[in-house]
Amino acid sequence: MELASPDPEEILKLEGVSVWLSGRQVLREISFTLRAGEMTGLIGSNGAGKTTIFRVILGLQRANQGRVWLRPGTGPGRSPGIGYVPQTVVLDPDMPLRARDVVALGLDGHRLGIPLRSGRRRDLVAEMLEAVDASGFADARVGRLSGGEQRRILIAHALVSRPQLLLLDEPLINLDIRSEHEVVALLSRIAREQGIAVLISAHDMNPLLPAMNRIVYLAGGKAASGTTNEVVKPEVLSRLYGRQVDVIRLRDRVLVVAGTDESSAADQEHAHAIADPGLV
Amino acid sequence: MRLPIPVWSEGRDRTRMGSIFGPGFFENSPVQVALIVGTVVAAVSALVGVFAVIRSEAFSGHALADLGAAGGSGAFLLGVNQLWGFVVVAAVAAGAIDLIGLRRPRGRDLATGIVLGAGLGLAALFLYLDTTSSHTTGAPVTILFGSIFAIDGSLIPVIVGLGAVSLATVLLLYRMLLLTSLSPEMAAAQGVPLRMVGVGYLVSLALAVALSAMTIGAVLSTALLIGPAACALRLTKRPAWALVLAALIGIVITWLSIALAYDSYYWPPGGRGWPVSFFVVALIFTVYLVTRLPLGERCDRRPDRAPARLAGG
Repeated sequence: MELASPDPEEILKLEGVSVWLSGRQVLREISFTLRAGEMTGLIGSNGAGKTTIFRVILGLQRANQGRVWLRPGTGPGRSPGIGYVPQTVVLDPDMPLRARDVVALGLDGHRLGIPLRSGRRRDLVAEMLEAVDASGFADARVGRLSGGEQRRILIAHALVSRPQLLLLDEPLINLDIRSEHEVVALLSRIAREQGIAVLISAHDMNPLLPAMNRIVYLAGGKAASGTTNEVVKPEVLSRLYGRQVDVIRLRDRVLVVAGTDESSAADQEHAHAIADPGLV
Repeated sequence: MRLPIPVWSEGRDRTRMGSIFGPGFFENSPVQVALIVGTVVAAVSALVGVFAVIRSEAFSGHALADLGAAGGSGAFLLGVNQLWGFVVVAAVAAGAIDLIGLRRPRGRDLATGIVLGAGLGLAALFLYLDTTSSHTTGAPVTILFGSIFAIDGSLIPVIVGLGAVSLATVLLLYRMLLLTSLSPEMAAAQGVPLRMVGVGYLVSLALAVALSAMTIGAVLSTALLIGPAACALRLTKRPAWALVLAALIGIVITWLSIALAYDSYYWPPGGRGWPVSFFVVALIFTVYLVTRLPLGERCDRRPDRAPARLAGG
């Protein structure tokens, strides 16, 4: 299979990627493409395989089948590489790192030795702190910042090495609604202004709807991808889930609800997880 | 506990006039050796300890220290200098912890616990054999609680060399250690070889612990490892300053302890002197309590938030 891409906008291509973890198939022939300047949502419930897809892209997990194509020069530890913000980062309040130190580690944290004072390094860090609206708390201990502030610092850490691809695993989890909006708006702006491909995983697509250019919807290890309007339709999602699924649109929000026929208790639970409890 | 006898004789007036260093302090050869060794060991332990605290490997450090007791007592049985026992056992134990410790978050604590249990069993046997073979209680006390005044001056180059290896490893891995303690996943995504960094750090931890076991004993060496580091982390938010401060706190505490131990020859019950280890641990504990005082928080308060909230309310 030749995956060489003639389209200069294409940053990452997954073609027919399957992964088995301890005998269980968690990903079934996943295919999607990420393009520069676009924000793509990777939507699925807990355990749908979102983190596994990130690990495959980062090269931390081998794909048993299929191919992963990355634009040359895009890879871990290389510059420009892949920026990555994992789902949970627990920061000790006594950790002797200021917000700006964390961002600086994104630049050269994989290098040996003690960093030398450099004006260029300081400028790059300051510029990135400005880009995520974090200049106001750049000198605070990172472990004592709020969840939303920490998230912005981790995004700055991931972006400071100027990657072509930014991966964020559930960046909206545990954030209040205001921080949620701030983070989504920030990511959308960064994707546009810096022309990078952004892949964001989430179990609820609604906060991402206004900003998301494309969606990769994961269920049962399979994926459907395209624009939100192409994918979030009863026919497409019913095929993905393997049974009847309804899509309810309420003003600018979307609820995906499993049909009552033949659905098990576990599936019902899933439907509730997707639905916004505030609207039920 | 062997202590150097102060050069002035008992009964004569002690004219110290406020100086914490008694007369003859700096001329005394065991004191000179103790000051040199103490400085090296305190600095290395404190620097390595900063990473033990932020990597949450304080338990590994403590286990390696306790295990050193098996090495020290074994070396005593074989008639070898205990330093080699401390070093060999700590290095072997570090390797075993890494091999057993799967990369799960709790895996390492479990592995540490298993290796610690096995090692302490050996230490119990060796210490028993040491006391029955030599008919003294000196060996267990020296091994468990330290012997900084009884260190052979010819060992100084070895101690400095091992300390330098430990220090160089930590400084070489400085940024990788910081990044890994932030998040192993982020470090891996950035191309940091997690396994190599983990093993490299355990080796420097093992060396630092072995050296401080020589000085203040296997049981108390955790104090010199964790104490100054924990104090420094309360006082500064910059990683480089944390290293410098931890080293300074460790060195000053060690010097003071040596001076006090030398002085304590004249303290009750008299004629025996108090162990250096006691002063080290007591001073570290005091300094730590001081850094926990509310005024230690002053430098961390974020100036940008509080006024805004007041204005809004």
